Amino acid sequence: MSAPPFRPRFGPGDAVTVSARFPTGRRHLRTPFYIRGKTGAVERVCGAYRNPEELAFGTYDGARLPLYRVRFDQAHVWDDYAGNPADTIDIEIYETWLEPAAAGDDSNAA
Amino acid sequence: MPHDAPEHAPGHAHDHDHAAIEADEPQGYYQHLAAATRSLLIEKGVFSAGDMRAMIEKIDERSPAVGARIVARAWTDPDFRERLLAQGKKTMKEEMDIDPVVADIVVVENTADVHNVVVCTLCSCYPVFILGRPPDWYKSYAYRSRTVRDPRGVLREFGTEIDPGREVRVHDSTADMRYLVLPMQPEGTEGWPEEKLAVIVTRDTMVGVAEAQAAG
Repeated sequence: MSAPPFRPRFGPGDAVTVSARFPTGRRHLRTPFYIRGKTGAVERVCGAYRNPEELAFGTYDGARLPLYRVRFDQAHVWDDYAGNPADTIDIEIYETWLEPAAAGDDSNAA
Repeated sequence: MPHDAPEHAPGHAHDHDHAAIEADEPQGYYQHLAAATRSLLIEKGVFSAGDMRAMIEKIDERSPAVGARIVARAWTDPDFRERLLAQGKKTMKEEMDIDPVVADIVVVENTADVHNVVVCTLCSCYPVFILGRPPDWYKSYAYRSRTVRDPRGVLREFGTEIDPGREVRVHDSTADMRYLVLPMQPEGTEGWPEEKLAVIVTRDTMVGVAEAQAAG
């Protein structure tokens, strides 16, 4: 059986918001707490990878997820950020944790 | 007890009694878990004890010298540099026969306007096959938690002062990618052969906590 076609939902430059979900119980999440709810821009599409939330519990045949590198403005991520307003942070995030940013979101990461 | 442990400096007298220097500390929970897992995998024939030893040997053979060769090549070969920045793993594999043994290597370039630094806040992801084993500080809570929040302060503690007008770009290595910082080639090293350049490319410059310096 061939793999399903790779159709990432987002492309480079798209404004995305990280889900502000805080699942409890048995879990293995690769989305850092500090970035949940924050808005940035897709820097690149990295490809399709196994879901670490399944892999950690022995499921190796689940669907592969698009993985992105998303760039955030540091001044948007940390309220008291003291460095250059142009400073950024890039984070790898799986598609299941991203939503299209709402219009008028205050982040302007590019 | 007389012995010839290599831990002893030359000339160390052996005519007295003391406990042998041993690496047999009591094992904690995770050491027991690792040992039990290893035994089970070997018993089930997933891999042999020899396979495991050979893999440890292979990992120990890798050092920052591998990454330094890649950086030196990028400094001297603009076409290679461009391909490396676009497709890290593919380029180092096809053009230098260096296999980073990971999904991909994202190569990020320092310039007069941008300084890059790499951290893994969730654990300690590190490109072992091109940089060797990570230093202890890379795995510390302090480095992991502070680098994302105050990168300029952390870099200052490494003796790396970034001009306030230069952009600092942090890369949190949270998933399948691994990172290699391509440091700026220091002034005065133009025209140096690759082998000589590779010597000044240190581990810390490829993680982004230091800038490359012309030696001497």
